[in-house]
Amino acid sequence: MVNSFTFGQYIPGNSLVHSLDPRTKLFCVVIMMTAVLAVNTFIGVMITALFTGIFLVLTRVPVTIYLRGMRPLIILVVITAAFQLFLIPGEVLWRWWVFSITDNGIKMAALMSYRLFMVFVLAQLLTVTTSPLQLTDGLERILRPLARVGFPAHELAMIMTIALRFIPVFFEEGSKIILAQVSRGADFQGGWLKSARNLVAIMVPLFVRAFRRADDLALAMESRCYTGGEGRTRLHEIAMSRMDYLVMAATAALVPFIIVFRN
Amino acid sequence: MIEVSGVSFCYPGLESPVLHDINLEIKPGEFLALLGRNGSGKSTFTRLLNGLLVPTDGDVIVDGYNTRDGSHRLRIRQLVGLLFSNPDNQLVAGIVEEDVAFGPENLGLPPAEIRERVEWALSAVGMQDYLKHPPHMLSGGQKQRIAIAGVLALEPSYMVLDEPTSMLDPRGREEVLRTLMDLNREQGTAIIMVTHFVEEAAAADRVVILDHGRVVAMGSPLEVLTRTDDLSDWGLEAPEMVLLCHELRKRGYTRIPMALDSRRVAGAIKQFSCKD
Ligand SMILES: Nc1ncnc2c1ncn2[C@@H]1O[C@H](COP(=O)(O)OP(=O)(O)OP(=O)(O)O)[C@@H](O)[C@H]1O
Ligand SMILES: [Mg+2]
Repeated sequence: MVNSFTFGQYIPGNSLVHSLDPRTKLFCVVIMMTAVLAVNTFIGVMITALFTGIFLVLTRVPVTIYLRGMRPLIILVVITAAFQLFLIPGEVLWRWWVFSITDNGIKMAALMSYRLFMVFVLAQLLTVTTSPLQLTDGLERILRPLARVGFPAHELAMIMTIALRFIPVFFEEGSKIILAQVSRGADFQGGWLKSARNLVAIMVPLFVRAFRRADDLALAMESRCYTGGEGRTRLHEIAMSRMDYLVMAATAALVPFIIVFRN
Repeated sequence: MIEVSGVSFCYPGLESPVLHDINLEIKPGEFLALLGRNGSGKSTFTRLLNGLLVPTDGDVIVDGYNTRDGSHRLRIRQLVGLLFSNPDNQLVAGIVEEDVAFGPENLGLPPAEIRERVEWALSAVGMQDYLKHPPHMLSGGQKQRIAIAGVLALEPSYMVLDEPTSMLDPRGREEVLRTLMDLNREQGTAIIMVTHFVEEAAAADRVVILDHGRVVAMGSPLEVLTRTDDLSDWGLEAPEMVLLCHELRKRGYTRIPMALDSRRVAGAIKQFSCKD
């Protein structure tokens, strides 16, 4: 169950991209996603594609990994493209029954597929090269200035860390509950009403146990001197290096190009 | 030293207290086993020792700090590590080293010292090769050893364990017990272990038995665990070796010594291979 979950899974490595500060990567990915969503000319597409391509090569992660992660999302891309293809008005090139394809339709279908595809690739670029823990650390540091006005930056990061830690635990527990019920004669085939009832039978014990766990975990964390984010240090303090600033500057330099090449 | 004097405890909203007038001194470096039937108040007692709960009456004083005094809370939590029975519910982070680092991080130590403590604590429990592993890929016994390392990284003088082996298979139980005994011997960490396996208590320096919230017996394992009739009154089973010795004595081998260690009993049986 856990292993089928491969979109954007972290692949440890020592590449340049891996060693960048998570904040740098968040910044770059946000800029690049915006750029990808903003471009609408051929040159703009080429520039963003080239830029993303360079990043991908620098991660030293085989392209097949990214493609494998994309597999479940291809359908989404295809459907979006189909909508664009048939629904955008313009000069009709081909017609059959109620369907017609226009020149604008083709252009928009290509552009939207490109945008969606690239957004997923960029999201993977981030999560494949950054461990969940670094990612939450990065988010915490970015949000820290907001903590002064009462935004729970540390708490949010801690919640994410704990959620990530417990996902496999819940998967394991869920499969155990299913097995226990199957071994007592539960039937997991059948109509949607039955499936819904089965789901309740799994979710209820899962939730009850989750609350028990939460109680225990709170006691364990308190016992280990946890008092919130104040005064806490980290085993791996994240730190910006010269390379981080360089990469950020290079990415920021993309912005004027995108503006220029937006017709 | 942890001084527990005249401690009673009542959960808010409950009529009758869960613990009555407990008096106990826990010395640095000792290995104390705490036994008692379900609901006798063992878990409640462990939570009083590190100040998670504060006594309704009486005082718990840890190396001079009263748990009543909120300003020493962190110091007390650092001195008295508390470990729970389910390893899954006390590991915080998705990577072993990050989890062990959690305590020292909370103390605000510099990263270099955190790293040192993490490596030391993991090698003290024999898990130094698993720094980068996610805990959900480990066995129950290994997870519990990681949890022990997580507490150990705070460098506590006392380690309180609430049924640390109850969720584990026999191999995991053995692993964890051996780890605790090594810690006690090599690092001099005092161990206060709640258990309902009398066999595990036999390894301790001292045994305390709780029943209905009162201390009903205290002494060396040999003194306490051989009182078979009392043990059954307290809802506990006597160790197999004790039962064997009793049975042999009843059958006329009156000079068989009482022992908890199977090897000693075997040796004695060999010597008395004919009736005297
Ligand atoms: N949070 C709580 N609120 C109210 N009552 C509680 C709470 N926790 C425990 N109790 C009650 O206090 C009594 C002692 O519980 P405690 O958990 O200390 O016993 P225990 O010896 O650890 O038992 P076990 O062997 O089952 O773990 C029980 O009667 C229990 O119902
Ligand atoms: Mg208990």
